Amino acid sequence: MTDQTSATPVVTALDAATPRPRWQVILIRPETMTLILLVLAFVVSSLLSPYFLDINYILQSFTLTAEFSIVALVMTMIIIAGEIDLSPAANMALSACLFAWTFQATGSMPLALVVGIGAGVLMGVFNGLLVIGLQLPSIIVTIGTLTLYRGIAQIIAGDESIRLPEYFIGFNTWLIAGIPAPDLLFVVLSIGLGLVLGTTIYGRQIYQTGTNEIAAQHAGIRTRRLKMGLFITMGFVSAIAGIITASRLGSVRYDLGLGGELQMVLMAMLGGTYIFGGRGSILGTFLAAWLLSVISTGMTTANLLPATQLCVLGVLLIISIIATNFIYSRTQR
Amino acid sequence: MSALGNLFLRREAGILVMIVLFSIAVGIARPQFLTINEFRIVLLLIPLILIGAMGEMLVIVARHVDLSIGSTQALAAIITGMMFKFLPGVPWPVGFIVAIGVGAGLGFANGVLTTLFRLPSIIVTLGTLNLYRGLTFIVSNARQVDRQYIPSDLKAMSTGAVPWIIVIAIAIAILTYWFADHTRVGRQVYALGSNPVAAPLRGIRVNAVTLMVFSISGALAGLSGIMYASRWGFVNPSNTGSGFEFQVIAAVVIGGVSINGGVGSVLGVVFGVLLLGCVSAALPLLGIPGTAQSAIYGAVIIIALLIDRSVRQRGIRALAMQRARA
Repeated sequence: MTDQTSATPVVTALDAATPRPRWQVILIRPETMTLILLVLAFVVSSLLSPYFLDINYILQSFTLTAEFSIVALVMTMIIIAGEIDLSPAANMALSACLFAWTFQATGSMPLALVVGIGAGVLMGVFNGLLVIGLQLPSIIVTIGTLTLYRGIAQIIAGDESIRLPEYFIGFNTWLIAGIPAPDLLFVVLSIGLGLVLGTTIYGRQIYQTGTNEIAAQHAGIRTRRLKMGLFITMGFVSAIAGIITASRLGSVRYDLGLGGELQMVLMAMLGGTYIFGGRGSILGTFLAAWLLSVISTGMTTANLLPATQLCVLGVLLIISIIATNFIYSRTQR
Repeated sequence: MSALGNLFLRREAGILVMIVLFSIAVGIARPQFLTINEFRIVLLLIPLILIGAMGEMLVIVARHVDLSIGSTQALAAIITGMMFKFLPGVPWPVGFIVAIGVGAGLGFANGVLTTLFRLPSIIVTLGTLNLYRGLTFIVSNARQVDRQYIPSDLKAMSTGAVPWIIVIAIAIAILTYWFADHTRVGRQVYALGSNPVAAPLRGIRVNAVTLMVFSISGALAGLSGIMYASRWGFVNPSNTGSGFEFQVIAAVVIGGVSINGGVGSVLGVVFGVLLLGCVSAALPLLGIPGTAQSAIYGAVIIIALLIDRSVRQRGIRALAMQRARA
């Protein structure tokens, strides 16, 4: 973030006169806020219930939100690039429905996986075509496709749930080196995407696109191709998340992941992604995903009603954007 | 300017043609679709959407969006329902004041968050969509307000010889037309939406107008809440208003309101609502299961966006030609 500030061509005397001390630069960052909240949430939860001192319990409970967390990583990149996608939760439902439906019809697992993931990618392409090809605003387009995708899932599955075979159920209980598989997938993906976003040219181009798309185009960045790639990645990752959810639940209904867009956007916002694009990090979303998992589990342990939890998530979303905007307006103007 | 005016005229005429063509097509396949009785069914389907759409139209014209109206409807309806349940002595028209008041308050909260902190309304209302829904469950203790608690006079409004909820909806549409087209503040909403940067320079108090637009949207969602109780005779914390925002947004964008703000007319939105009502009424006649409804709304939103885009591009081209000639 700091190198961007120093690269600004117009530096007035006032701006140049006060270089911030390094501790302040590190301390006043949205990610720091997320980290502090995470520690706070741990302390409060472990006071409420001793279970939270057990790492296995935390890892197990994280598998419940791991699917949304995985999608939230890509969501972060899309928001940094200056767009938004509200359809991934519906995409998860439709790809999972097509996956289960194909399996039921043909009995072939590889074919079902190809259909499910292929459908997810196609949905990403469709979003991308509407947003980038036809230059429609992504907010409204993805509200439309959100309704459309979940609607198609409802047509396919009706009001019934499609069963999955025994051997496919329970991806969340697989342990790799003592860590549940979805958690491990999330961590690996975070490191991978974090490296892409933080260290590669492609990653810097995403930031530039979100900061000022026209300037980025003049600098020779193919912003349209870049965003198209992000939307397709989103479709692909959502499909995988949908299939993982199907494996955890054991059957697929059209309302799989209903309302998940709130949690995904919330994770990105809590992690300090700037809603207007150009700022944010995978590290922030990574921390926010754990924070949200601890909060959700903590609320369940404290016997809060699901409705109360919904309220808390809604309020958190609003508070987190206000806080992030405030921090950015203080430190980087 | 007259070329643009003609364009909008054609836009509304276009929706009307679509309604007629659709009705004829369905009427040929299923003749009972073109009966008075079926028309009554269509009319009874649309009042809630029409009222919600009037508020949402103003919000979208002002270049914002309100995703929380479904939950606002539910919360206003449940609070009104609880009042009827626990204070049986209250005269039923008071319910209207309570529902509209609650709705306006919730809309005002959306507006405050949007203007005070300069947040994008889509994210704010995504948050309040969930917050208000959660509050609905908490207030009602997750229990439905059953039939016997809703005053029979209120229920009679939508079942009697004169379906009053249709009359109210039409009155609201006329009021909105008057407000949007013939008042100073109404025109300011359009000015704000077509150019948010220029609006304050012309002396428009942007925050006040935005706050008002969100409050109106909330108030109308609240009104649709008590009408939900009247129409269906119960209020359920999870069903009431669920997916309402998508129906309303679909109706508004198909009615020709541009998502880029500044463009849209009440007449177009009324036609958009009518078209959606015809589609919903035709589904069971054509043997299409009700589960297809959501997908159709989604497709309608996307098709409307595509039409909107082509109209806009035609407008830009027409303007460019006009300028070239001059």
